[in-house]
Amino acid sequence: MRRLLLSSFVVIIGFVFVGRLSYLQLFSFSPDQVLEDPAIKAVYDYPERGYVYDRNGKLLVGNQPAYDVMVIPRETKTLDTLEFCSLLSVTKEDFVEKMRRARIYSPRLPSVLVPQLSKEDYARLQEKMRKYQGFYIQKRSLRDYKTNSAANVLGYISEVNETDLRTNPYYRAGELKGRTGIEKQYEEILRGRKGVKYIQKDRFNRDIGPYKNSRLDTLPELGKEIHITIDKDLQEYGERLMVGKRGGIVALEPETGEILAMISGPTYDPALLVGRERSKNYSTLHYDSISRPTWDRSILAQPSPGSPFKTLNALVALQEGVIDSKTKFTCYNGFYVGNQKKGCHCGGGIRDMNSGIFRSCNAYFAGTFRKIYGKYNTTDEGMDVWERHMKSFGLGDYLGVDLPTGAPGRIPDKGFYDKWYGDNRWASSTIISNSIGQGEVAATPLQLANMTAAIANRGFFYTPHIIKKIGDKGIDDPKYTQKRYTTINPQHFGPVVQAMANVYKYGTAKWIQIPDIDIAGKTGTVENFTKIDGERVQLTDHSIFTAFAPVNKPKIAIAVYIENGYYGARYAGHIASLMIEKFIKGEITRKDLERKMLEKTLEHEYAKPLSGEPFKINEYVW
Amino acid sequence: MSMSGKNVLKRLDWLTVLLFIMLVFFGWVNIYSTTLTENHTSIFDMSTLYGKQLFFIGISTVFIVIILSLDSNFFERFSSLFYMISLVLLLGLFLFGKTIAGATSWYDLGFFNFQPSELGKLTAALALAKYLSDIQTDLKKTKHQLYGVLIILAPVILIVPQPDPGSALVYFSLFFVLFREGFPLQYLGFALLFILLFVTTLMFGVIWVGIGLGILTSLFFLFKKPELKVPTLPLILFLVLCAAFSFSVNFVYENVFEQRHRDRFSLWLGLEKDPVRLEQIKKTIGYNTYQSEKAIESGGFLGKGFLEGTRTKGDFVPQQHTDYIFSSVGEEWGFLGTVSIIITFTLFFLRLIYVAERQKKDFQRMYGYGIISILLIHYFINIGMVIGLLPTVGIPLPFFSYGGSGLIFFTAMLFIFLKFDAARLSEL
Repeated sequence: MRRLLLSSFVVIIGFVFVGRLSYLQLFSFSPDQVLEDPAIKAVYDYPERGYVYDRNGKLLVGNQPAYDVMVIPRETKTLDTLEFCSLLSVTKEDFVEKMRRARIYSPRLPSVLVPQLSKEDYARLQEKMRKYQGFYIQKRSLRDYKTNSAANVLGYISEVNETDLRTNPYYRAGELKGRTGIEKQYEEILRGRKGVKYIQKDRFNRDIGPYKNSRLDTLPELGKEIHITIDKDLQEYGERLMVGKRGGIVALEPETGEILAMISGPTYDPALLVGRERSKNYSTLHYDSISRPTWDRSILAQPSPGSPFKTLNALVALQEGVIDSKTKFTCYNGFYVGNQKKGCHCGGGIRDMNSGIFRSCNAYFAGTFRKIYGKYNTTDEGMDVWERHMKSFGLGDYLGVDLPTGAPGRIPDKGFYDKWYGDNRWASSTIISNSIGQGEVAATPLQLANMTAAIANRGFFYTPHIIKKIGDKGIDDPKYTQKRYTTINPQHFGPVVQAMANVYKYGTAKWIQIPDIDIAGKTGTVENFTKIDGERVQLTDHSIFTAFAPVNKPKIAIAVYIENGYYGARYAGHIASLMIEKFIKGEITRKDLERKMLEKTLEHEYAKPLSGEPFKINEYVW
Repeated sequence: MSMSGKNVLKRLDWLTVLLFIMLVFFGWVNIYSTTLTENHTSIFDMSTLYGKQLFFIGISTVFIVIILSLDSNFFERFSSLFYMISLVLLLGLFLFGKTIAGATSWYDLGFFNFQPSELGKLTAALALAKYLSDIQTDLKKTKHQLYGVLIILAPVILIVPQPDPGSALVYFSLFFVLFREGFPLQYLGFALLFILLFVTTLMFGVIWVGIGLGILTSLFFLFKKPELKVPTLPLILFLVLCAAFSFSVNFVYENVFEQRHRDRFSLWLGLEKDPVRLEQIKKTIGYNTYQSEKAIESGGFLGKGFLEGTRTKGDFVPQQHTDYIFSSVGEEWGFLGTVSIIITFTLFFLRLIYVAERQKKDFQRMYGYGIISILLIHYFINIGMVIGLLPTVGIPLPFFSYGGSGLIFFTAMLFIFLKFDAARLSEL
């Protein structure tokens, strides 16, 4: 017994140890611990983010060096805090607080003390830096905008957040990622791939050489430059015209589907979201819930399209064979739905397609609309046909543009009305407002521009896109290089295009003709309402204009939407005409018209519903 | 009666020697790995720790030769003298000791720091064996039991104030010798019981321990054989003693222990419930254990390979060439390596116990048991601590850890015993 005492202890200890070791080394062990190993530090080598050029090779976005003041709290010595703070242009309280946070984060690891110094601060600080132990300047690369426009298209980059870190294993804390616009859409192309070096560290976090002789290290892959379809000059010009107005402008090149300009008003300088003031500026923009500068009206606003939609109804009716270009309707300064009269401003009289379009006659299109539905036995059938034709113009659904946001607009279908009125409880007369683009139809400015491009091309369009070249390779994605045909045969476009040209010659836009350029266009004036204290209140009409030019070989198709700009030829028409001239001629011949547009603002209109007082709408004087 | 050198080599227990060489060799390999720096130099470079350890191995070899060539009676004859000398040396520390890391445990000999508590282990084992093997000593007598205990405790009393609780703890292992030689086994039972009471009281509180004791007693009466008569008074006394001990645990824990001791226990037994405080303990006292567990864990089954341990290279585990050497075995050689070491040690101890039991002279067997106990407790506490089973106690792994005096004294201890074994046949 006593002889075995010690031996049994020895054996028991052996078993306990082996048990514990199998727990540690066999059960708790996981092979990907390398990533969590505190002894291995991954040092990343970030490639420069790719440049962005416009369609003509003009630089839009480059990079600029930025300088962060870093601190390693443990290595700091007592210093002249006041002097240092004034060098850094921070308050003493701020400095103390940041030092405290840095110490909490880690006394041994560097923290950012002051991010993104201005070049002037950097120059002043650089000489004196060696006086301050434990502080150093870290160079980084920031976006450098060569234009103060196109913020909605270009987007911005910002530090990755927790969600990004969780969902995408590529990113590490502190890295930058595209947030909106092309920065987000083409993130991986612009970003490139960071290289990584693994460094063996000791427990004091000091580097003691490469890990595994650098066998696992990778080289960075450069970010590629991209060319986008935006015309820098046109974009900048459009934004100048939009000052003081809310709305959107989209200009397309019909023969390619390239987006020439995409303007949202009000907008902001993209450089605001770079640098030291970034978060302050972002808050200001983000929380401006009245003018909403970060809301891209060119692809997110979904107003009723108004009269430009009439051209599509004309095309559908021609395609369906229910009218020809000579078919006439009588306008009684309006038209009747049952006993109810709906107004028209065309002047009245007998209208055919040509004058129906260039005078924008509501009665003509109400009649046309009824004929489309009258061809079919049931309203449901007629609705299906109408919906199919409309959707073939890229309306009522996301267009597939290569931008991270967008809106579908709306082409209502029979299900929509069945839900609204009940099955078989509605007819073409119930939804007659759709004939003049007012009722339930809705479209974004981008969709309006695309619809106009489809008319300009006499029956097809390319999916609008923003990318032109990646590196030095043009795009070959079939999504953007294959024609999308509408359901309307090409021969039906002739009369409609002719009528649209007459809009400028004789019709609603005859005061805004451009010398030497044939334009086809269509005005739109859209009633709209808001709620004030729970009451539905009508506001000044939205001004909408769609156009393409030159009529016979279109180079540009454009849609302009100006909130509360009154009738179509007023703000939208003027702006569209200036944009077309700018793009085709490169300069403006009608300086007075231009000056008028640059100077006029609609702020007084936007202030009306907020004033708390009764107000007049659709004022004649402007 | 002395033996020729040829004879002693022939009769040496070569199996033990082989296991010893394996441990020393593998220990050195790991010291090399943990202390290797960027500028690789010769393994004989005395400015490096692995070079120094190689030198210590050389010195130990010289000691082996000397020990084997001495008369085997030499140690028995002078054991009392050696013991007195070590006590004097321990006392002298209070006047002339050198303080390293807060403990006054060393004499500064210029080229070498000498730690008398190391020598004390050897001499205490000799003295205890000498006393117990005396024909007049009878462990059934309380007085003789007390003498035996005193031999063990005298150095402990001198070592605790240094303070060096780790070394002091080692001496308690000599109780195994007493138990082997007839010390009442109930004492061992009581000792284990009180350790159990201490731990359970800390973990569950006095009330639950009381309830537990009550349940155990009732079960005992329920299932005991009817014919077994239990003396009532001693049983009640015993239970009262247990209860009193349990009560006193909290008092001692809160008032006698210092915070750092309490932190060790709360970490070991998982007592701390406040997550902030727990984190703090883990970062300070628990840091070593945490790092060493992580290093061992990261080795997995096969290990990262010789010189490939990232945590070893990064020097993450403190004292990894001395007390925490086993963690680098775990990281670089994996489960295969650690288990091989455990098996080697287990075989080594079993072989030594076998050798001790075959001694014809009581003194030699008792001495054998003495050094086995000392080596075993080092092994038990050191590895237990490194793999996170026991609270942190700073004592080295015999033959393995870096350190001159440790290696030399452990080797001396072992070879004195092997010398006895080799001589046993010629001494009859």
